[in-house]
Amino acid sequence: MNATFSGKLPGRIVLLLVFGFLYLPIAVLVLLSFNDSGLPTSWSGFSTRWYGALLSNTDILRAAWNTLVVAVFATVVSTVLGTLLALGMETRRRKSSGLEALAFAPMVIPDIVLAVALLTFFSRLGLTMGLHTIVISHVIFDLAFVCSVVRARLKHFDFSIVEASRDLGASGWTTFWRVTFPVLLPSIVAGALLAFTLSVDEFIIAFFTAGAGRSSITLPMQIYSMIRFGITPEVNALATIVMAVSATVLLISQWLNREQQVP
Amino acid sequence: MPLSFNAARPNLLAAPGVAWLVAFMVVPCVLVLSYAFFERGVWGGVEYTFTLENFARVVDPLYAKIFLNSARIALTATVVAILIAYPAAYAISRAPRMTQPILLFFAVLPFWSNYLIRTYAWIVLLNREGLINNLLRSLGYTGEPLSMLYTEAAVITGLVYNYLPFVILAIYSTLSRLNPELMEASRDLGAGPVRTFLRVTLPLTMPGVAAGGVFVFVLSIGNFVTPALLGGGRFQMVGNLVYDQFLTANDWPFGAALGAALIATMIVLLLVQARATAHASGERRGEAAQ
Repeated sequence: MNATFSGKLPGRIVLLLVFGFLYLPIAVLVLLSFNDSGLPTSWSGFSTRWYGALLSNTDILRAAWNTLVVAVFATVVSTVLGTLLALGMETRRRKSSGLEALAFAPMVIPDIVLAVALLTFFSRLGLTMGLHTIVISHVIFDLAFVCSVVRARLKHFDFSIVEASRDLGASGWTTFWRVTFPVLLPSIVAGALLAFTLSVDEFIIAFFTAGAGRSSITLPMQIYSMIRFGITPEVNALATIVMAVSATVLLISQWLNREQQVP
Repeated sequence: MPLSFNAARPNLLAAPGVAWLVAFMVVPCVLVLSYAFFERGVWGGVEYTFTLENFARVVDPLYAKIFLNSARIALTATVVAILIAYPAAYAISRAPRMTQPILLFFAVLPFWSNYLIRTYAWIVLLNREGLINNLLRSLGYTGEPLSMLYTEAAVITGLVYNYLPFVILAIYSTLSRLNPELMEASRDLGAGPVRTFLRVTLPLTMPGVAAGGVFVFVLSIGNFVTPALLGGGRFQMVGNLVYDQFLTANDWPFGAALGAALIATMIVLLLVQARATAHASGERRGEAAQ
């Protein structure tokens, strides 16, 4: 049985073109990061000098450290809150549309609106902004993503094993830690890794909630200012590292959560 | 009936997450949107005198033009993204079952890399000293280097590139759930491939197209990074305007009114999309009943 408008060959050509479009810009960046001149004008030999330059750039190292701190704290908080929220939502007897909307909203509110809302909110409270306000803000969308990943797993969760455990005399806590939690663990970790990548990559909200000082600049903010002030070859190396880390983390997350794709 | 986890009641489990979202999302959003109803303070900030003037400014021709202009750019990006994503999603859904998840994964992977980096990659390509101009020169082109960066086309390219993976995913998810028997039935009844596609496949996959389209449109119209980087600040969009009001002009009430307009646009689009989905699933239910 053949496709309606595409045989095998047209389909392959389409995929080749689209994947070319998606990956060519990325491939160019990676290639340039190893170009001795570091500029797209000419290839002047393989070199890792731009990676070396990163290691001696204190601004970038500090930004990387800040990013890591923010991502770790935001991930821990959002994983706990997001998992609990998912459990709460899926074990309710009656679905609440208000709750659904609340858990869905962080994924659809325009970044710029949430960013200015947080900026005005924090300054209204008279809070000094810094890494802590970035963490608070990142938890908002991170927890929504963790919640949706864990909920997807809970949808296929066989609640009769909870019942069985209770019938066999296990307490609620024991049942949770020995039965429910192990089943959910892969999706919790997958959600946490997703939250981590989202937090590492997030720019607009961090930009607005970081405060005025340079001390709480994160990597995306650093990249943004480097790009704005002209092309520096170091950005290529930095971009390559950030992409490699994100892709690896995401690959692990997908792999952990793979069973979920089976309906 | 799902069993609750012992005494831990569902509402109790949800409480911390709900509290976080209410405290740091709902309250700040309501607060900032409420500013839209007040006057701007003399030194910036907010003067608590009720006014609707900020909304009047949003529809003032000067700003309405920016709103319409960004809507046009966002719409173009949306249409282009769908035109590229549909054939791609279709081809993936026609690939052997085992390779589909892999193709899908690699289609979505770029989406998870940093947004700024993906945008920056286009600066490298489109620059006057960039890769495309270099390539043209080495192919024997001797004229002036093409100015591709800082154009509307560059902004649209950047938006399409950044959101394309998600559109592919959205359309694929409806395509993969499509019952192949429907297409067979259409062909058995004498419809050609084109007619089957237009009358059966396309209408049934409209929810995916709508979901992907709304996503691109909403994120594009509120975007300020892509216009700032690829448009060189020459293409003022709503996102840039909101940014300017808060960080440069210090006119929070007007910025809030613009934000409210943005959210209103988004809610209307999401409702339209929900209706489209409900409509399509209603059709499917109708078929089952026959």
